Amino acid sequence: MRKRELSDKSPDNFLTNSIAMAVLTYVDLNEGLVRKSSLEALCYGSQLAERFGCPSEAIVLGSVSIDLAELGAYGVTRVHHVADGGLDVFDTRRHASIVAAMARAIGATTVVLSHSLNGRALGPRLSVRLQAGYVSGVTSLPEETEQFIIKRNVFSGKAQAEVSILSPVRVLTLQPNAFGIRRGAGQAEVITGTTPEDSGRVHHLETRKVTGSIPLGEAELVISGGRGLKGPEHWGLVEDLAGLGEAELVISGGRGLKGPEHWGLVEDLAGLIGAATACSRAVADAHWRPHHEHVGQTGLAIAPNLYFAIGISGAIQHLAGVNRSKVIVVINKDPEAPFFKAADYGIVGDAFEVMPRIIAAVRRLKAV
Amino acid sequence: MKILVCISRTPDTTAKIAFTENSTKFVSEGVQWIINPYDEWYALVRAIEMKEKDPSMLVHLVTVGAVDTEPVIRKALALGGDEAIRVDAEPGDAYQASCMIAEVARQGGYDLILTGKETIDQNGSAVAGMVAELLDVDMVSLAVALECSEGKAKVTREIEGGEEVYEVPLPVVISCQKGMAEARIPNMRGIMAARTKPLRVVAPTAVLPLTFTERYALPAAKVGVKLVAADQPEELVRLLHEEARII
Repeated sequence: MRKRELSDKSPDNFLTNSIAMAVLTYVDLNEGLVRKSSLEALCYGSQLAERFGCPSEAIVLGSVSIDLAELGAYGVTRVHHVADGGLDVFDTRRHASIVAAMARAIGATTVVLSHSLNGRALGPRLSVRLQAGYVSGVTSLPEETEQFIIKRNVFSGKAQAEVSILSPVRVLTLQPNAFGIRRGAGQAEVITGTTPEDSGRVHHLETRKVTGSIPLGEAELVISGGRGLKGPEHWGLVEDLAGLGEAELVISGGRGLKGPEHWGLVEDLAGLIGAATACSRAVADAHWRPHHEHVGQTGLAIAPNLYFAIGISGAIQHLAGVNRSKVIVVINKDPEAPFFKAADYGIVGDAFEVMPRIIAAVRRLKAV
Repeated sequence: MKILVCISRTPDTTAKIAFTENSTKFVSEGVQWIINPYDEWYALVRAIEMKEKDPSMLVHLVTVGAVDTEPVIRKALALGGDEAIRVDAEPGDAYQASCMIAEVARQGGYDLILTGKETIDQNGSAVAGMVAELLDVDMVSLAVALECSEGKAKVTREIEGGEEVYEVPLPVVISCQKGMAEARIPNMRGIMAARTKPLRVVAPTAVLPLTFTERYALPAAKVGVKLVAADQPEELVRLLHEEARII
């Protein structure tokens, strides 16, 4: 096992005014396409590079079905692409070693990843490899360049922390939906690298896809309740965003819906506006809905533009998973439901009377 | 086979979140401390389930914390596990904690190291990856199922919109989440047994944190909910379309 030399320098000696030589952004792929959360990371990396007056570069591992030069539209000047060596299998150890080697090669002082499921697995490994301070789920750019201080959510979304990085090199994962995508013009130079044939020890056996579901963690609109997009035909809504295949909308339901047979109310609304569907823990535990739809403190934490909650009372654990949503709508017949305190819009009323009229109104709106 | 389960202490999910000393310190007075749910329900319980199938397995727990974390470690031992190790330090960041856990792991020679996917207070999702890198071993994150046999782990992990199944040789670090095991509560026999299980206290490794939390802030309160009359739900649709411009 590798033995690490530990530094005995005082933290003050770690403080640095060094100008970043480059920002390197790791681009996470989904079946050869760039994830929306990675586009956000690229834009974040490019703005960071602009602030530091250094180049923004990107690294892509695995086979792609797009022209990587197009990533220049997000501010990167160079894209390093390594496609051989079995890199389509996600192997945290191999992937981190290649990204770290690239960071060293280009003199990157900041490595940016999205806080996607892969990004958050690589970030910590990179941090150790590069002896770089690691901050995950970042929601802001640093306000000044002398001291690198950024914001992140803590206590499951109930608070925010400002964290400074004391080391000269930094690794960040960017919270999905916290940072907008800015698409400009420009082409990146694509540099193709190679790596030895599969030296990893991780063997991929199988992939199981949940058809028609949207990656909730990245969705922009959530109406917590029903079955969502209903099929691949609605993915156009998502792909329009950047042409690269990520979800834009999601919808949620709770125990107030009384049983899975009433999920049509959620699904209809979700289908109309192209949203994904979610549910409360009680609903998932009762097997009315699959567990991957469960949002909340112990389920998925999401930050969509719209979270539309039907028949969910809004217990503190549920709120922890959704309170970063930009607009929260609550439909509940109990005026004392705690969710109303966290909501932007609400109706105190019976979902079974209110929802059909809302769905009809949205249908009319969409028909115009 | 030896399993090391990383345990962190967190405030209860319903704890009031408040800060003091110029917003630099979490107010811990009156807070009920629990085992981080991801560490308990998924990592620890899965290790216990594996030991129940094969009693020759050794399950050790490790935590990095001051003496006041011991009640939570005893609670974990009441669920199961053979012994616990407490690294006597209050870590400044995940890196510092990971270095200390890695040192315990090096000395214990574990085949499997389990963590929860994140803690519910720091939400860093960092320790599993850092420990794996410090030990230079493989790591699979966000696992929902795990079986071990013949020196290999078969792990199912969440991906966006699905799952992937991998086979990895031991030793390996795995971060666990919902699906991995069914939550259980300790029984009286477990609680009694936990009192006499060994709890070893080890001195911290000399390592400095790489990050520093400058201050905390609570989210700005919502201005207040705009209520729409139940007999005019169409008005809600109009507001979402024209005012919020969301649909």
